Amino acid sequence: MLNMKNCEYQQIDPRALRISTTRVPSTLPCGRKGTQRPRRKWEVFPGKNRFYCDGRLMLARQCGVLPLTISLIFITSGLFFTFDCPFLVDHLTIFIPVIGAVLFAFVVINLLQTSFTDPGILPRALPDEAADIERQIDNSGSSTYRPPPRTKEILINNQVVKLKYCFTCKMFRPPRTSHCSMCDNCVERFDHHCPWVGNCVGRRNYRFFYGFIVSLSFLTSFIFGCVITHLVLRSQSGSGIIQAIQESPARYPFCCAHSTVVELVICFFSIWSILGLSGFHTYLVASNLTTNEDIKGSWSSKRGEESGNPYTYNNIFTNCFVVLCGPMPPSLIDRRGFVPSDDAIHTVTSEAEIPPFMAKNDANMCAQSTKELLESMAHSTAVQATCAPGKLKTAPVTQESLLSTVSIRVSRPSKPPSSGWSSRQARRPVDMPCSQSTNKRAAPHTRLPSPVFSLRHSAFILSDARDIDFIPLS
Amino acid sequence: MAETHSLQDLRQAAVASKVFVQRDYTTGTICKFQTRFPAELESRIDKAQFEETIQTLNNLYAEAEKLGGRSYLEGCLACLTAYTIFLCMETHYEKVLKKIAKYIQEQNEKIYAPLGLLLTDPIERGLRVVEITIFEDRSIGSR
Repeated sequence: MLNMKNCEYQQIDPRALRISTTRVPSTLPCGRKGTQRPRRKWEVFPGKNRFYCDGRLMLARQCGVLPLTISLIFITSGLFFTFDCPFLVDHLTIFIPVIGAVLFAFVVINLLQTSFTDPGILPRALPDEAADIERQIDNSGSSTYRPPPRTKEILINNQVVKLKYCFTCKMFRPPRTSHCSMCDNCVERFDHHCPWVGNCVGRRNYRFFYGFIVSLSFLTSFIFGCVITHLVLRSQSGSGIIQAIQESPARYPFCCAHSTVVELVICFFSIWSILGLSGFHTYLVASNLTTNEDIKGSWSSKRGEESGNPYTYNNIFTNCFVVLCGPMPPSLIDRRGFVPSDDAIHTVTSEAEIPPFMAKNDANMCAQSTKELLESMAHSTAVQATCAPGKLKTAPVTQESLLSTVSIRVSRPSKPPSSGWSSRQARRPVDMPCSQSTNKRAAPHTRLPSPVFSLRHSAFILSDARDIDFIPLS
Repeated sequence: MAETHSLQDLRQAAVASKVFVQRDYTTGTICKFQTRFPAELESRIDKAQFEETIQTLNNLYAEAEKLGGRSYLEGCLACLTAYTIFLCMETHYEKVLKKIAKYIQEQNEKIYAPLGLLLTDPIERGLRVVEITIFEDRSIGSR
């Protein structure tokens, strides 16, 4: 029917598009004859992530300010151990550096665990599964020209919960799952995308994140306290606090004064934000909520309706235990598994339109996606309703978007925060040759019962940026 | 009745279609699959058998995600050892996943492959679906 110019494709048999076959034995498209070394799945992973140590460690592609976080922690702790500890050991006790070291170790370990662990990414649906879901959606639609709704309502513990369809991952998102635009992945129990740790915080690494911020609060408070103690003790032996700052020990004639100031400044500003954040997350853990749900107000009682959180165990201790000490779920994306060569030839079974997905890294997928593109283009006029509106990405992390996000949380404007999101732009090419639908974000409501602490924490709640309400294409 | 297939024979057969058993979220976010019998399997397998397979899978996943003394102990121990303990031992969840993989293989060999069906381990589909591949039955012609 059609011949591709770029790859050595076989002529596409229309029947082959409808009936799937499991294997084309030896002839791989694009001239690859099976001499390619077997590739691991992380090499063809479609999300925006970076992988290290052959897939054992992963990070978001935009690692945000993780280097800054690490430098701040190391610099402050380094200055503390170098300049304050000797003095305090002489004047107080040996346990000061011991406690400091333990806290420092906890902070670093939890930070590394948070950053390099898979947050609970859901692998994207394979074409057959996506086709099956599309078929079910089409069957449940009432008329042919009105697009079927891409939401599903289910009952969880007698509470109605809406499941949304993810156009990127081609599946209905499980409850509490959200799509992160920064990483372009659906993440289970999505909390937020944290630029400070350079990764999403989700089901698998929330406990590490919580451990990180709690131990960091202790560490900064401890260092702050020790530095103050140091200054006080020095000023008692000297003649005033200013001279205590200016005074320098014989061993480090130049640095000590400056180090004290640096430590004070860093700790002072960190304490407010980190302590506040720890308090906020302690509240979330105790009520088994995520930052995402809290910000969207998913379970608040609106307009007098009774809608409680269906996931809570109604007991603070049980909630804490479940969130922090529950069983550790496995990583679902199987980073180190090998890509099976059959998948490249796996064609789509249904006649329903499947928006093609462009796996950028794997040339094997090129055959499949091109076939799908042809099929979908052939059907595009008839089935406009099911075309993907494209992937809208938020703008890179800028101060402006940070502040507008944070200010949304604090001031709760009544209209949608269009200014903050206005710089959103599509980064990846749209899969389907059709116009994008507008992205309507639910307006944040005006409830404010929970403590709002994270004034400086740039928590990116990007989940709902991807919730695209379906608007008929005119 | 169709001739029985072994697991090896199935690898040569052509796939007629696939059925996806979705997750059941009525009791929360725990891993549980719907036990509703798909219409496409009516001619192939006994409803009770299918339900028993799915129910056993659900029970195994419930065991993996069970909140009890053991999982709390594991969590606390992991925290205290700075998670280095996972370098030497695997988590309870992973142990149960291995059990599940063995169960599915056993079910495939004994029950499903002779009927021209193949269960795919849900972990390979991100614990979203149980994928059941229906193979063409050559003895009775294509579906």
